[in-house]
Amino acid sequence: MNNLGFDKDLLEGLKLQDKNCIEKIYRQNFQMVQSLIINNRGSSDDAADIFQETMIVLYEKSINPNFELSCQLKTYIYSVARRLWLKKLQQQQRIGLQTDDFEQIIPVQDDVEDHQKQQDSFSIMEKAMAKIGEPCKSLLEAFYINKKQMQEIAQEFKYTNADNAKTQKYKCLVRLKKLFFAEYKY
Amino acid sequence: MEESLLIQTTERYIKGELSTQEKIAFEELRNNNPEIDQLIVEQIYFLQTLNKLSDQKQLIHHTNETVAKLKSEGFITNKQPKISADIISIWNKYRKTVAVAASIAIVVSVTCASIISFFSSGKQNSIKPLVEKLKEQDVKYKKLEKQIGKLNQAAISNAPIEKPRLESKFRATGFMIDVANNYLVTNAHVIAEAKNHLIVENNKGEQYAAQAVYVNAEKDLAILKITDADFVKLAPTPFSIKKTNADLGESVFILGYPKQEIVYGEGYISAKNGFQMDTIFCQLSTIANEGNSGSPVLNKNGELVGVVSSMETNVEGVVYAIKSSNIFSAINEMKQTKENEDIKITSNPTLKKSDRVNQIKKVQDYVFMIKGD
Repeated sequence: MNNLGFDKDLLEGLKLQDKNCIEKIYRQNFQMVQSLIINNRGSSDDAADIFQETMIVLYEKSINPNFELSCQLKTYIYSVARRLWLKKLQQQQRIGLQTDDFEQIIPVQDDVEDHQKQQDSFSIMEKAMAKIGEPCKSLLEAFYINKKQMQEIAQEFKYTNADNAKTQKYKCLVRLKKLFFAEYKY
Repeated sequence: MEESLLIQTTERYIKGELSTQEKIAFEELRNNNPEIDQLIVEQIYFLQTLNKLSDQKQLIHHTNETVAKLKSEGFITNKQPKISADIISIWNKYRKTVAVAASIAIVVSVTCASIISFFSSGKQNSIKPLVEKLKEQDVKYKKLEKQIGKLNQAAISNAPIEKPRLESKFRATGFMIDVANNYLVTNAHVIAEAKNHLIVENNKGEQYAAQAVYVNAEKDLAILKITDADFVKLAPTPFSIKKTNADLGESVFILGYPKQEIVYGEGYISAKNGFQMDTIFCQLSTIANEGNSGSPVLNKNGELVGVVSSMETNVEGVVYAIKSSNIFSAINEMKQTKENEDIKITSNPTLKKSDRVNQIKKVQDYVFMIKGD
């Protein structure tokens, strides 16, 4: 009956991006979300997209030390997926969801809004990354996105040593930061 | 050069790699130099965003792998669940039979909802009914789902509140958000009135030609650009735009042009949602009149929290305003297009400590009449 303890473990696992936990969350909830989407004029692909975005919202929550799940994980996932899909439908054609709610829902609008803001700053970051040019782009991506070691990067980019690569990296980083804030500041 | 050294230190600071001595020196530097501190705050935010982006990419990678695995196992299939097929066919059947656009939504929505609770009665047992508050929430969502009815609503509540007067056919209000590019915000329904030309007039009576560069009828938001070359650029706007929703009961004031001069009005946020629970809008208790469409709604700190859009015709003092967060999404949408990619909300918020009279003095130069024919 009480799944809350179990859900908490799953969230802890998600926080560490543990593959087994991610798989468990999918196994327990994917069908539910898929039914929701397909019942509301979506495809399986839409369902996969929405579920992935829901996982991202959940992940953002899991790394927030102040977040406490106040309902079953299933309920939370359903509510977020529902909200995201509703938003998508509205963007497309101002039409609301037609069915539901055989699952319980809780208000998650704020969570989804926070998520949207985060995504907005990510898209500004990616835009900045696209603008910065080579070799900065590859260098920064290797280090910050793909988390490669400096030594490895120095070899790959044919720097004479790791220190040179490092100096170059920080120069690039300052440029990226400027591009980022040129867009971000409002 | 200097900044790249600083960012290197900031990065080590975030990672906890600074020695105790370095840390003390670093914190002293921040405490004694507000500008450097500001720079470091930016750097920290920037580095954290970069880090989170990397985490998210990693997560997406994991979920993609998981989906691939579950697909190969046959756990995730492209087949539609049986229940949904029934619902869709029922939905299609109704859609064919009932052909009156707006009313269908409500009919189908109600019909579908009851069918589903029938189909899923087995499932329902596992769900404990929650507290009343959630039920209320449920009702709220249900109402939201009837938004097709909004087509009707648009006809009722968004009926333009401005009427033909003076040399132009109508008058409404708008306000500046980007002084570098001279972008103003007003309502979409205001723009819809301007079939031939669009004029922006300041509180001194000077008129400038303007052009709509963005219109979103659903959110009732429009963005104009002053195209006249002789318009003298203003200093950055004294108010900032609030990204989060205003609080219930928060006191607010509006500035607009219900007559040929600027008029001040006071009120408070009386509900978090608009007409028929529309979440794009919030409800104010204040007096607005024809011409107030597009008026800025500001809170006591001088933050912009909304844009006046419409009013209840049957009940006095009920005014609906678009929540300010929608301005941000409008701007993000606009940025996608080449010609508007440099739009930016420019502000130097200086209203927080001013009293109301001074707040108004500072804001009124940024509030314009929108006229046209």
